[in-house]
Amino acid sequence: MAFESLTDKLQNVFKSLRSKGSLTEEDVKIALKEVKMALLEADVNFRVVKQFINSVTEKAVGADVMNGLNPGQMVVKIVNEEMTALMGSETRELVFAPGKSVTVIMMCGLNGAGKTTTCGKLAEKLKTKGKKVLLTACDVYRPAAIRQLQVNGEKTGTDVFTMGDDVSPVHIAKEAVAHAEKNGYNVVVLDTAGRQEIDEELMAELADIKASVTVHDTILVVDSCTGQAAVDVAVGFDEKVGIDGVILTKLDGDSRGGAALSVRAITGKPILFAATGEKPTDFEQFYPDRMASRILGMGDVLSLIEKAAENVDIETSKNMNAKLKKGRFDFNDYLDSMKQVNKMGGMASVLSMMGMGGKNMPAIDEASLKRNEAIIFSMTKAERADPKLLNPKRKHRIAKGAGVDIMYVNRLVKQFEQASKLMKQMGGSMKKGRMGLGSLNSLMKNLKM
Amino acid sequence: MAGIFSRLSGFFSEYEEISDEFYEELEETLVMGDVGISSTEEIIEELKGQVTERKISSPDECRLLLANIIKDRLGEKSSSSDYDFELKKCVILVVGVNGVGKTTTVGKLAARYKRLGKKVMLAAADTFRAAAGEQLDVWAERAGVQIVKGKDGGDPGAVVFDAIQAAKARDIDILICDTAGRLHNKKNLMNELKKINSIITSEYPEAGKETLVVVDASTGQNAKEQAKEFKEVTDVSGVVLTKLDGSAKGGIVIAIESELSIPVKFVGVGEKITDLKKFDAMGYAAALTGSEELVAHEEEKEKDIKSRTVVYATQDGRDEVVVGASEQEKEDAFAFFRSLRGE
Repeated sequence: MAFESLTDKLQNVFKSLRSKGSLTEEDVKIALKEVKMALLEADVNFRVVKQFINSVTEKAVGADVMNGLNPGQMVVKIVNEEMTALMGSETRELVFAPGKSVTVIMMCGLNGAGKTTTCGKLAEKLKTKGKKVLLTACDVYRPAAIRQLQVNGEKTGTDVFTMGDDVSPVHIAKEAVAHAEKNGYNVVVLDTAGRQEIDEELMAELADIKASVTVHDTILVVDSCTGQAAVDVAVGFDEKVGIDGVILTKLDGDSRGGAALSVRAITGKPILFAATGEKPTDFEQFYPDRMASRILGMGDVLSLIEKAAENVDIETSKNMNAKLKKGRFDFNDYLDSMKQVNKMGGMASVLSMMGMGGKNMPAIDEASLKRNEAIIFSMTKAERADPKLLNPKRKHRIAKGAGVDIMYVNRLVKQFEQASKLMKQMGGSMKKGRMGLGSLNSLMKNLKM
Repeated sequence: MAGIFSRLSGFFSEYEEISDEFYEELEETLVMGDVGISSTEEIIEELKGQVTERKISSPDECRLLLANIIKDRLGEKSSSSDYDFELKKCVILVVGVNGVGKTTTVGKLAARYKRLGKKVMLAAADTFRAAAGEQLDVWAERAGVQIVKGKDGGDPGAVVFDAIQAAKARDIDILICDTAGRLHNKKNLMNELKKINSIITSEYPEAGKETLVVVDASTGQNAKEQAKEFKEVTDVSGVVLTKLDGSAKGGIVIAIESELSIPVKFVGVGEKITDLKKFDAMGYAAALTGSEELVAHEEEKEKDIKSRTVVYATQDGRDEVVVGASEQEKEDAFAFFRSLRGE
């Protein structure tokens, strides 16, 4: 089953949307239906999705479509902004106890989330910050959990504190902190037991640990592949144990990690780190904004939208719009629009921004675009401004200057005339006088050979 | 915590009429149970169609319709030969991403076949994760079966090779290979799995081969992608859904079966070594929708079949009784459900 990417889906939707001044309710509805599906496929919690879609709808209906974007892209832009806001834009660091006192970090989570592995990675991270870390094996239930922590400790050169599996985790935690204080450790990381579900016994054990040693950071480890249950898990741990932050594991898979968004949205707890591989160093600071586009599965489109927003020269497109409205369009304008296209990374990327990328991308002959450019460069200023001047003699001169066959000059002029006609019609219909990429698109299509 | 099981079973009685709100709420419940948005929409469309067709007006009648739709979706992919591998000598290869409970599943499978009187051997081909071999040792001991191990960091293919030779020499019925958890998009690790797969095929062609991909019931839609990728490098023939007793809701089963055509064969329903059951689409669908309550209401009418059907439909472990039930008894149970639906 091929997952059609959101980008592809949206591009199909956007094809039917026309360039307009502001977003209508209908545009927004169509685009957001796809966004909703994508979010749910990414395992974002249903309730979060519902709320999110409502708030985006509110923001998007009636919003002005930015220069250089089509309505669909405008919707995506708003979606992305809202999502980034929801994820929290700031990154958060771990809090350390002041001075020489020992910082205690308690890791908790369900079975298989990756607690023990994450403990090793966190230790590695803390070591690079100059901390002396003591890993502590408080999972006395799972077969070989202690051994696994020891191996992880060996790999990263971190000391591991264990008391076997006959001692209560609370006692182990207390002894570990005492041991750390005596031996000059800065941070104690407690690896606790997991369960298959949130049960009273486990919650009580974790709460007991918190009651008997000062825990500075309680971190919930969440598998990024977790489905809709992620929220229940996070809320459960937060209510019964109290969590300060979340570490997202297994983000190196192709899971979109909707769990991150859900957990952040419902509990308000920040995501601190993301585990992205099997090596101890595969552990990164979490960047909420990157996550937003990963969940949407359309990083490419977003970065193109950004580029468009940055690069479309507002003055140039204003001038062009004015000319278009009058139905006047000359070779200088063609060069201008080519320049803009190049700024945005060439025809291929512009087409993909305009919902014509991916499978539907028409074959682009960059060589012919270059040739057209050369032909125009061989025209005099007067010829560029007034294509009507181009008689056969001039055309021959231009062909020689550009080093091309006369056939290409004729073809360009002919297509240019057709495009001008089209421009006249389009110009007349553009009530608000905006020129979106949609119209630029038709223009380019007509001008390329 | 309200999983899809408890939510759906209470759901139908909350409504007096089949309204848009009813369908919306049903959509929410299914999606929140990880059924996935596409499968959910298809299920609801089908339900709507049947409601119109049969002129049904009471939400409670939708319960059986829904149970039936879900059962059909699940049942389509399974066949009566799904468990034939158990009957002769075979190698079971257990694959899956990290942390889904592969090693535990291997232990439970070992215990299951040991109980059934088979000679079982484990191969610890997870030489990658710290202490995985030791974890499997513990399970081997609990189940009372033999184990072949390699060195930590050694070649997993070699472990499987050695285990096959040992299994042949010691006349083992069922050899179960634990493999390293790997994210399905890691090429090298997947290639390693491909190698293990071909070692089994070439070294032990006369044995049956069963490849089970283990999926955590709390996994969301990514489970589909996982199963699919494993299918590309091994001959995945079934899914084991683990941690079904947890907060997990397990609706992902419906998404996997209807979108990937791989039957779910076993479910892990607890932490005890005996907590592994054969998956039963009928029982699952009935439990999911709370249809076993309906069955109880019909107590007077169909006393005999009723008791078996209830046993059949519960998820709390009593279906162990049914493992030994005859085909006739199963047929009766199915017939009973059909009669309830007026077919």
